[in-house]
Amino acid sequence: MLADQDRIFTNLYGVHDWRLAAARRRGDWDGTKEILARGRDAIVDEMKASGLRGRGGAGFPTGLKWSFMPKQSDGRPAYLTVNADESEPGTCKDRDIIRHDPHKLIEGCLIACFAMGAVAAYIYIRGEFHNEALVLDAAIAEAYEAGLIGKNACGSGYDCDVFLHRGAGAYICGEETALLESLEGKKGMPRMKPPFPAAVGLYGCPTTVNNVESIAVAPTILRRGAAWFAAIGRKGNTGPKVFCISGHVNKPCNVEEELGIPLRELIDKHAGGVRGGWDNLLAVIPGGASVPVIPKSICDTVLMDFDSLREVRSGLGTAAVIVMDRSTDIIRAIARLSQFYKHESCGQCTPCREGTGWMMRVMYRMVEGRAEPDEIDTLEQVTRQVEGHTICALGDAAAWPIQGLIRHFRPVMEERIAAYRQRSGAPMPLAAE
Amino acid sequence: MTDQTEVPPGQEAYQPASFAFDAESESEIVVHLAKYPEGRQASAVLPLLYIVQKQMKRHTGSAWVPRVGMEAVAARLSMPPIRVYEVATFYLMFNLRPIGTWHLQCCTTTPCWLRGSDEVVRACREFTGIAGWGETSADGMFTMTEVECVGACVNAPVLQVNDDFYEDMDAERTRALLAALREGKPPAPGSMIGRQTSAPEGGPTTLTTLAFAPEA
Repeated sequence: MLADQDRIFTNLYGVHDWRLAAARRRGDWDGTKEILARGRDAIVDEMKASGLRGRGGAGFPTGLKWSFMPKQSDGRPAYLTVNADESEPGTCKDRDIIRHDPHKLIEGCLIACFAMGAVAAYIYIRGEFHNEALVLDAAIAEAYEAGLIGKNACGSGYDCDVFLHRGAGAYICGEETALLESLEGKKGMPRMKPPFPAAVGLYGCPTTVNNVESIAVAPTILRRGAAWFAAIGRKGNTGPKVFCISGHVNKPCNVEEELGIPLRELIDKHAGGVRGGWDNLLAVIPGGASVPVIPKSICDTVLMDFDSLREVRSGLGTAAVIVMDRSTDIIRAIARLSQFYKHESCGQCTPCREGTGWMMRVMYRMVEGRAEPDEIDTLEQVTRQVEGHTICALGDAAAWPIQGLIRHFRPVMEERIAAYRQRSGAPMPLAAE
Repeated sequence: MTDQTEVPPGQEAYQPASFAFDAESESEIVVHLAKYPEGRQASAVLPLLYIVQKQMKRHTGSAWVPRVGMEAVAARLSMPPIRVYEVATFYLMFNLRPIGTWHLQCCTTTPCWLRGSDEVVRACREFTGIAGWGETSADGMFTMTEVECVGACVNAPVLQVNDDFYEDMDAERTRALLAALREGKPPAPGSMIGRQTSAPEGGPTTLTTLAFAPEA
C-alpha cells in the first residue's frame, strides 16, 4: 500500500482547510520560483522522466505532450487549457482536487504555462460543479492577491493568468477540441485533427489541453523529483493515482493509491470489499463508463494500470471503478450507458448520431429479451461500424461497453432471449429500428 | 406541414416581451468579459447565459433563459442571435422554459442506478405528484429532470437540487429533503449520512498518519 508520505493529495477528503495559508502548510507553493528558475527545458525533461501519463483517460505521456508546444512564438500567444469537465460516469476525482486542494491545481497551471510558454491557463469546469467552481474561483483570487500568479508570478519575472470558465452540461466538452469550441463560445462539437491543438488550438493559437489531475500532480513531481514519482507503480505506469470506487461495495470512496495495485486489493482495503463478499462479484467496469466491462475471473488477478488493463481488452481510463455484484442485471447496466452516449452525442457525425440511438434501442430490447439470437451479432457488427468512424472518440466510447458485454456475457443475453420467447410463445419479428 | 396548434419555439405564451440586465448582472458581466482576449468576447456566451438565468431567478423565482434574454446576450457580445440560440439549446443546463422553485435533477446513470436511484426517483414522484421528466408540480414548487452522471459517483445516488448536490440518498432521505425544501429550508448539501465527503463510511483508510506545520 502507498505510504501516506507518498500521497500527493493530502487533503483529498477536505479534512483540512483548502485556503492558501493552510495549503502552504501542506507544502503547496513551496519554492515555486526556484522550480521556474530551472528553465523550461529542465521542467519538461523532469516531467518526461517521471513517466507521468495523462490522468484524463487516454494515458498519453504528459511531459511529451508539453514538448509539442512551439519553442519560439511566431507572434501568436500560447495557451494551457485544463480539462475539468469531469463527466465520465463513475468519475469524481477532479471534483475532490478542485474543492479540497485547489492550490495544487493553480500552482500546476503556473508551472505548466511556464514550461510551454503559455500566457494564460483556462480551467474549463463542468457546469454542475457550481460549488466547486466557487472554491476554485476564490483560490484563484487568493493566488493573484499573494502575487503567485498574474504579473511577475512568484517573483519569477513570468506573467501568467489563470481563468475559470464554467461549462453548462455537455459531456462532449470533455473531448479536447469540443472543449476549445465551447470555450470560444460555440456548441461543443469536436474538430477534425490535424491540425492538433498544439499547432492550432484556442483562438487559433498553440494550445495544450491537460486533465486536472495531470496538472495538479506536476508541482509535487518537480519538488520531489522524477525519480521519486517513477519509483511508485510499475514500469510505464508510474506514480500514485486517485481511484474512484463506486457501485456495489460496502464503502464507496475515492482514494489515492499506487498504479498497478491489484483490483481486489484496492476494493478490499479501501472500499470495504464487495457487497456480500468477493465471491458475490459479477463484474467491474474498471475505468469509467467508456471502457469494456471485465468479469470476476479477470478481476481476481488484474492490476490497475494502463498496460495491465489493456492486456485484458479493457482500460484504466479515468480509474473509475464501477463494481457490480451478482444481483446486477448486467444487460440493463450497460443499456443505461448506451442511453448515456445517445444523450451526449453531439450529432455531428452520422455513425454516432444515428448509431448511439440505434444501439440504445436494441440494447433495451436485449434487456427484455425481445430479440432474435442473431441480433446479438448484428449489434456487435454495428458497434464496429460506429467505432473508428467518427471525428472524436465518443463513438468508440459508445461501442466499447456493448462489445465488452457481448464478449463476456453473451450467454446471459441468449438466456434472456430464450426466456422471453418461452413467455411469449412465438418468435419475434425483427423490428425495424 | 407543421401542426397548426404547435407554437414555434421562442414564441410561447410564457415568453416575456423584454429583458434587460440589472445592476447586479452588469457587475458580473464585467468580470467575465475581462477573462477573454480582445475580439474574443463570444467566449463569454456561457457565462452571460448563466447570468440571464440567475437574474430570472432573482426577479421571477424561476431560473430560466427566455428568448429575449438570449437576444440581450447576443447584442452584448456582438453575436448574431442564432449563434446564441444554438448555444442555449445545445447545453442542458439552460432551462428554456420556466421551472419550479426547486429543480430536482435526478442522476440515473449506471453508478447512481446501481446504488438505488430508481428509489430516489420514485420518492420524488410520490412526493411531488410529477409524472414525467421535465414537468413541474401543480404548485410550481418542483421540477423534475433526469440528468446524466453529475460526477459524485462514490456518493451515489445523488440528487442535485438547483446548484447543490445531496449525496448518499435513499427514499426516506429524499422524502425528508423534499419536505424541508417545501418549507423553504434546504439542508446543507453533501452527504446525507454524515460521511466526510468522498472518504469511506466510518473514516478514511489513508491520510491518517500525516501532521502538517501548525498555524503560525
